[in-house]
Amino acid sequence: MAQYVGRRLLLLVPVILGILLVTFLMKALIPTDAVTAMYQGQLSGKSAEKAIAALQAKYHLDLPWYRQLWFYLSDLAHGNLGESVRLHKPVSAVIGYRYLNTIMLTGAALAIALVLGLTTGIVAAAKRNTWLDVTATTIGLFGISMPAFFFGLLLILVFSVWLRILPVVPHGPLAIVLPAFALGIIEAAPLSQVTRSSMIDVMRRDYIQAARARGASELALTIRHALPNALIVVLTIVGLQIGNLLGGAFIVETIFSWHGIGELAVNAIQWRDFALTQAIILVSAATYLMVNLVADLLYAWLDPRVELTA
Amino acid sequence: MVTTTHDDRHGTAGSADDLLAIRGLRTEFGTGDRTVRAVRGVDLSIARGEILGLVGESGSGKSVLASSILRLIRPPGRIAAGEIVFDGRDVLAMNTRTLSRWRGRDIGIVFQQPQGCLNPVRRIGWQVAEPLRLKKGLGRRAAWDEAVQLLRSVGIPSPESKARAYPHQVSGGQAQRVMIAIALALRPKLLIADEPTTALDVTIQAQILELLRDSCRTHGTSLLFVTHDLGVIAKLADRVAVMYAGNIVETGSVGGILESPRHPYTRGLMDAAPRLRSSEGERLRDIPGSIPNLARPIPGCPFAPRCGLRKELELDRCDREMPPFVQSAERHAVRCWGLPEMRTANRTNAAAPEREIVR
Repeated sequence: MAQYVGRRLLLLVPVILGILLVTFLMKALIPTDAVTAMYQGQLSGKSAEKAIAALQAKYHLDLPWYRQLWFYLSDLAHGNLGESVRLHKPVSAVIGYRYLNTIMLTGAALAIALVLGLTTGIVAAAKRNTWLDVTATTIGLFGISMPAFFFGLLLILVFSVWLRILPVVPHGPLAIVLPAFALGIIEAAPLSQVTRSSMIDVMRRDYIQAARARGASELALTIRHALPNALIVVLTIVGLQIGNLLGGAFIVETIFSWHGIGELAVNAIQWRDFALTQAIILVSAATYLMVNLVADLLYAWLDPRVELTA
Repeated sequence: MVTTTHDDRHGTAGSADDLLAIRGLRTEFGTGDRTVRAVRGVDLSIARGEILGLVGESGSGKSVLASSILRLIRPPGRIAAGEIVFDGRDVLAMNTRTLSRWRGRDIGIVFQQPQGCLNPVRRIGWQVAEPLRLKKGLGRRAAWDEAVQLLRSVGIPSPESKARAYPHQVSGGQAQRVMIAIALALRPKLLIADEPTTALDVTIQAQILELLRDSCRTHGTSLLFVTHDLGVIAKLADRVAVMYAGNIVETGSVGGILESPRHPYTRGLMDAAPRLRSSEGERLRDIPGSIPNLARPIPGCPFAPRCGLRKELELDRCDREMPPFVQSAERHAVRCWGLPEMRTANRTNAAAPEREIVR
């Protein structure tokens, strides 16, 4: 197990390098940089051009992309994520608390998705083809079809504008409620459907009938016998969904002005602030990879037939 | 008067102190024109401590009958008619809660595919301990210890470590021993074994049969053993019921049936069974044709289309009317129009024979 984790962590290095290479290549295709984006149209004349050139030289923006990549890598090796051109601050100082905010938001959204998705899935499977099941499945279909940005706006309209019970802007402890639900409910829908079909599949197995034959109640069958088996399939989906949550956070954070890395990323891209964008991509990628590692470990823990071999 | 299916004298429905008494049981699947009538009015009883072998080929309804006893028929299947009385309790009258409390406590069941019947994500010890915790109210620790004892009693080597193993880590034979341990955990009065050795190696089969027989004999547990293998019945059972197309066609003591089978189907089954020490050149005889479509009405004897005796004697009645049970010896009953005593009855009165023919 420790060996497996070690190998998986080592594998992170080439993946991160690959991501860096791709983003630097993409950056090379963008015709402008942070300095130009900041001062374009505001300054003119020889002295301005000189100042801009000096700034570009300071951030190595005048070099070809592979040399920039080299500087970036050597900085990264020293634990330095670079400096934000626009904010005049070290990237690590800007990202730190925003990363925590995003983890908090996606964590809350995941909790909402799990609670809603699992319970509705289990109930729908147990009460298959009843009005309960049909209702849950129909609502789920809406959830799957609805994009996060639209659902977020809908929540703001209902709870902040009409009912006036929850804040729109991030203020106070309740601020997390709306964005977390906007993200969570959308992810709950596919989770519910997977849980439902997985539970129905497991409930048909021989070992469930055998357990029923020796007198396990329907509740015990569902919770003690079927659910641990159904969760194996559900977990695979959850691992993928965390990627969706991180991606969805970019949009939802922008809508709700939630100060996370998603909102920051949208700004950073508009500013052409490459050090910032790059750091956000790195942090998101690393988070996603770690989450997948945890999912795989959980997978082996849930299913004794799975052996961890790297 | 010819004994009818509801008469107690012919040996299918036994005496009042039987552990299990089934009367007129009908189990069906589906609805309308496509209703498959898998069990078509079965009378069967099992005495306390008795080992009853239920024999029939695939599709005869023997497994459906076994599952019906525990009311394990899932929709679209249903028990359409009949009566199941177990130890004085009306099984068909139980509600869902009573049913799940009753299951496992008084009746244990062992199925054909032991590996598929064990939950893949639960330790074997957990699964053996579960009935002890849920039904006997033992604590986690005590239940686990007793589970280890049970595993030892069914002949699992190093039961302490096997209790911690998962089902995929044991062989089919061991998995079936585990299933037997679970089924016997609460000392049930009846054990149902539905083809428990069919999926196992021949060498393991004998061990499992011995284990089943010994466990039942030691504790006075009744055993309903469902199989298609007459050889297994010969080694194990006290009494045999032969099932064909949803009906019991012959029942009697093992000795009686194996030495003098009377129903043409039973005789066919015995001729079709391979014998290890058969005389050279002796051919196995199969039964021509196949089981009738159980979704169609069968007015007469279901075996008639395949029956050599019917053909030989040209008995039209076989196609029209189901023969009643006739007691042919002590605890030996057969339903066949081709029996000599039935043929005399046929001559006396074709519609309803009145002569006393029960010997």
